[in-house]
Amino acid sequence: MTDHIDIISVDGSARHRAQKRFKSYGLLAIGLSLTFLFIMVGSIVLRGSSAFKQSFVQIKIELSADAIDADNIKRVRFGKLLKQSLRNKFPEATSRKDKKQLYKLVSPTAEYSVRKQVEANPTLIGTSAKLWVRTSSDVDMYLKGYVDANLDESKRRLSDLQLEWISLLQRENKIESRFNTKFFTGGDSREPEQAGVLGAVIGSALSLLVCFMLSFPLGVLAAVYLEEFAPKNRLSRIIEVNINNLAAVPSIVFGLLGLAIFLNFFGLPRSTPMVGGMVLALMTLPTIIIASRTSVRAVPSSIREAAMGIGANKVQTTFHHVVPLAMPGMLTGSIIGMAQALGETAPLLMIGMVAFIVDVPQGITDAATALPVQIFLWADSPERGFLEKTSAAIMVLLAFLIVMNLVAIILRRRFEQRW
Amino acid sequence: MIENNDFAPENTIISSKNVDVFYGDKQALFDINLNVAENSVTALIGPSGCGKSTLLRCFNRMNDVIPICRVDGSITLGGQDIHAPNVDVVSLRQKVGMVFQKPNPFPKSIYDNIAYGPRIHGMTASKAELDEIVEESLKRAGLWNEVMDRLDKPGTGLSGGQQQRLCIARAIAVKPKVILMDEPCSALDPIATATVEELIDELRERFTIIIVTHSMQQAARVSMHTAFFHLGNLVEHGATSDIFTAPKDERTQNYITGRIG
Ligand SMILES: Nc1ncnc2c1ncn2[C@@H]1O[C@H](COP(=O)(O)OP(=O)(O)OP(=O)(O)O)[C@@H](O)[C@H]1O
Ligand SMILES: [Mg+2]
Repeated sequence: MTDHIDIISVDGSARHRAQKRFKSYGLLAIGLSLTFLFIMVGSIVLRGSSAFKQSFVQIKIELSADAIDADNIKRVRFGKLLKQSLRNKFPEATSRKDKKQLYKLVSPTAEYSVRKQVEANPTLIGTSAKLWVRTSSDVDMYLKGYVDANLDESKRRLSDLQLEWISLLQRENKIESRFNTKFFTGGDSREPEQAGVLGAVIGSALSLLVCFMLSFPLGVLAAVYLEEFAPKNRLSRIIEVNINNLAAVPSIVFGLLGLAIFLNFFGLPRSTPMVGGMVLALMTLPTIIIASRTSVRAVPSSIREAAMGIGANKVQTTFHHVVPLAMPGMLTGSIIGMAQALGETAPLLMIGMVAFIVDVPQGITDAATALPVQIFLWADSPERGFLEKTSAAIMVLLAFLIVMNLVAIILRRRFEQRW
Repeated sequence: MIENNDFAPENTIISSKNVDVFYGDKQALFDINLNVAENSVTALIGPSGCGKSTLLRCFNRMNDVIPICRVDGSITLGGQDIHAPNVDVVSLRQKVGMVFQKPNPFPKSIYDNIAYGPRIHGMTASKAELDEIVEESLKRAGLWNEVMDRLDKPGTGLSGGQQQRLCIARAIAVKPKVILMDEPCSALDPIATATVEELIDELRERFTIIIVTHSMQQAARVSMHTAFFHLGNLVEHGATSDIFTAPKDERTQNYITGRIG
């Protein structure tokens, strides 16, 4: 007979309780983080989603053939015609002050929109056309419910008279809320209703492209050299420590460096994605080097021995076997670095990418701004209309990040499929 | 110790003279004089840490990549000093292949595992020639029948014994003269071990094989010559049958009867 062997767990034992407690701490931590994330994203979406809509108003405008020279549309003063139409619509506005209020119903950029529509459709000339133009930002804000009509007239940006006009137009179905394509296809503007993120998105994309082109090859080569070729001596240890230190340097310092070297010394064009990308590359380089070194080190040495054992030289061993195996890790590290670079504002401010730029950049030497800088600029604007644009631009930035991470995952899969 | 080191087979292919090996300040091998017969199997035996792997790695200069390792003395391959300045270590390693303790196929297809060596040495002019080398090497390694229909599958997906034979096929694909094997069966089960041993038996007609093993039975089964090492010294070297039946040195006697090790 063997002795009784006790393997039944005594429930509630101290060990058991500690384990349970620890598990609940972990769940709590995850739950809290998810809640915060949810609140953050939720509030941004709540505030920003209205920016994807824009109010338009229909104006009946007399495009008489004698007022419009079809061959010289650029010279036609559509602003005047537009004001005339507004006055025709609301003849009760006779005093200077009332007229001014009347004109403020439509966006100051509406006359360009009218011109564009006439240019696109010259048959309109000689008719009295019903054209849709953007309302001003104040009207847009009111229609989106951000302005309390019960407030005292002096405390809101729209007068009672303007509100009356608006409700009249609404009753006549002459006000419509449409998808705001301009937000995705336009550059920055002083007028919130006209401002778009495309310029900033392209600026960011171009900067990141330059950044990647510079920092990925440099970082990978540096890492491979340090791991596989460099003699392990005092010098290489000093270099290693300094690279680790560089990764912790505040990004604004890299901006100052870029200002001093790339702009002032080399005289490269300021405010451009080229210089922005170079500065961001300086910043991401340490991250990429550190991540790449780690993944090179993780390649089992048996692979190196196998290659050298059949007569591959050092370079062949490294580039045929070690680098491909380390590639997924290198890419992951690079994408983390690039994601950091995407959100970076301070160094870009230093090299002038904070300028007000209306045109969408066409190349890396055009003046441009970047998404985080654009967000910073809009957040800083006093107009109520930029508030929703700020949140919407943050959503675009998050979407950009998600796309980048997806690309990273796909790339990594590709490389890992080679076992 | 001259009496132990004067074993000289008539057809020596590798020969070491007064070889000392140091790792930093620590000496791992002392004055090794060893002659290896061509087209034979030579077993290196001895207790753990006595320097068998170190000596093996001297023969294809794999120790070069260990920065702290220093090799003194001369080693010749077919009469040529392998440390001579005009020797290309790449061609040396092509002539002296190596199979490691743990199977280490490349994380590539079976085909590419074999084809890699011939490719980097520019041994073939056409794809057909390369195909032929791959097939021939796999056949020699006794693996062809098992993998012929999945050459494009990863080499790492094979069983341990198959992987080791793949590594042997990879080594013979570059047409070496000598194959160094460092405990090639220590990670294998008895059946896979038997297959590899049979393979070694066949390979010795074309190649010179130097094998490190911890198994006396294996040494007795596959080798014609045996060298016994102890604490960095070559104690005794001779025909395997002599070493196992009539060892001259007391340490050899103790080791093969299991009293030291
Ligand atoms: N890379 C190295 N750096 C420093 N010392 C080493 C290194 N490789 C081996 N040595 C030392 O050299 C001596 C011989 O080692 P070696 O690996 O040749 O022994 P071995 O006979 O192959 O042993 P085993 O049977 O356990 O494989 C040991 O004392 C070991 O500590
Ligand atoms: Mg060993």
